Amino acid sequence: MDNLFDDTETTFETKQLTVSLGPQHPATHGVLRLDLDLNGETVVKCTPYVGYLHRGIEKLGENKTYFAALPLSDRLDYISSMNNNVGYVNAVEKLFGIEAPERAKFIRTMVAEMGRLSSHIVWLGTHVLDIGATTPFLLAMTAREKILDLFEILCGARLTVSYPRIGGVRNDISQQFLDELYAFVLDFPSRMDDYETLVTENRIWKERTVDVGIISAEEAINWGLTGGTLRGSGVDYDVRKYAPYDAYDKVDFKVPVGVKGDCYDRYLVRVGEMREANKIIQQCIENLPAGPVMAEAPKFTLPPKDLVMKDMEHLIHQFILITKGPTVAEGEVYVGTEVPKGELGFYFISDGTGKPYRMRVRAPSFVHASVMPRLCEGGLLADVIANIGTIDIVLGECDR
Amino acid sequence: MEPLKIADEIKEQFPDEVLDIREFRGQVAVTVKKARIVELCRYLHDEPSLFFDFPADLFGIDYLGKKENRFAVAYNLYSIRHRHRIVLKAEVAEASPVIDSVLPVWAGVNWHERECFDLFGITFTGHPDLRRILLPEGWEGYPLRKDYPLKGPGPDQEWPGFVDVLDRAEQYKKYEWHG
Repeated sequence: MDNLFDDTETTFETKQLTVSLGPQHPATHGVLRLDLDLNGETVVKCTPYVGYLHRGIEKLGENKTYFAALPLSDRLDYISSMNNNVGYVNAVEKLFGIEAPERAKFIRTMVAEMGRLSSHIVWLGTHVLDIGATTPFLLAMTAREKILDLFEILCGARLTVSYPRIGGVRNDISQQFLDELYAFVLDFPSRMDDYETLVTENRIWKERTVDVGIISAEEAINWGLTGGTLRGSGVDYDVRKYAPYDAYDKVDFKVPVGVKGDCYDRYLVRVGEMREANKIIQQCIENLPAGPVMAEAPKFTLPPKDLVMKDMEHLIHQFILITKGPTVAEGEVYVGTEVPKGELGFYFISDGTGKPYRMRVRAPSFVHASVMPRLCEGGLLADVIANIGTIDIVLGECDR
Repeated sequence: MEPLKIADEIKEQFPDEVLDIREFRGQVAVTVKKARIVELCRYLHDEPSLFFDFPADLFGIDYLGKKENRFAVAYNLYSIRHRHRIVLKAEVAEASPVIDSVLPVWAGVNWHERECFDLFGITFTGHPDLRRILLPEGWEGYPLRKDYPLKGPGPDQEWPGFVDVLDRAEQYKKYEWHG
């Protein structure tokens, strides 16, 4: 019996095993497929496959007018469609050379931060669920439900909102919306405390995330990572601070950064971001200026609907803009905005007609999915699940 | 640094490479030849006063009938340290849609180059894993080219994988339950 263990060591043969994780695996957050070459429990090689949700949004955008392509941006990252809309309209406004009125900018900032909260809540819930905790997921979803209800009061839609429009927002906000949102904002920090009590100092959670998937600051920048995934490594790159758009230069907020660049740091960064987003919403409500919510630029913005119904001239104006699109100067612009996943950029090339000659979407999830082999290779199979959760990808945006 | 100054800097270092400098709404795009693109990108990355460490984006453009060289590969570069941006556009002729990969400079362009190959058919020499990424293997044509029809090649030229699915659906029809 003494040399039983020696015996097994010499006769026991191991061989490399290839496992396909996804595309229908619940922990892959959509339809991401990973081919994992395993040696025991260690990942030797990781090959991601994407494209299952490819709808050709860039090609479709080239064949629609600027107004008609706005709903396409809802379908990129369908968890935070509000932020995609804000990114799209900001890029188009820069191309047109128009600017939204102050009130519209504050409303956009407010709803974009609501979108950020709702997206981060889904991230928190699913990330923790993947690791094995069910309770935070159920708790978090109640808060998200409240935000979606508020979106419904705002514009009638819950997921694909298309509320921000080129030159402003679709309609002004109601007092009921503001009251309910303010009550939610005051209540939210206590909800955050609930989530953090369950997760942040939890021993199992720390065992699974601390020192997992470490990426250094230089490497993270070289890989083109953005958003919380980059800031977890200690880089304070946030488009809202580096190139402020909308009302972000008029509100006061901090950008949380990590130290080590592991899963736990990225978790702390995003949780900090949720608290900051809440503060931004509060400031936007308190400092909301009065005024119109649509820019005065008849060549580029649609006329008010009630006038279109009554007035021949406005009807013709609307008809021309919808069918032919506005006449735009030749040129090209890039505008990046900070969406919950990272930097979402739109690059428009205009050839002077009403449709973009080329609409390029720089999707953060696409870049984050490409870094999976770098994070997973050499680690354990269980850490792959933690890594998928921590890079926070949505495949609708990745595949476009 | 101001974007136009960066463009001048590039022109000073690579006078024969720069074809065109265009400014629009405060953003500058520099059109260059493709021959020394890796050297040019290496310079932009390493030069301390420019320091373009962040590869924001890489994508293809199809100028069908608008320019002599049909394709361009655009490099959208940003410097997190200096907070400035420049867009490089390398012209690629239709006769030989080939360009050197800048993967040695930025690891982040890996999938962008694959996507450009997938949707435009531009080959990146030196890329270690140049396969289709968004479309399935065996897809014919390059959808983001301007001469590719919006609704696809048509019902008689469907992708073999989809034809396979249709065949199987037809085959299993006899097992359908019509209660």
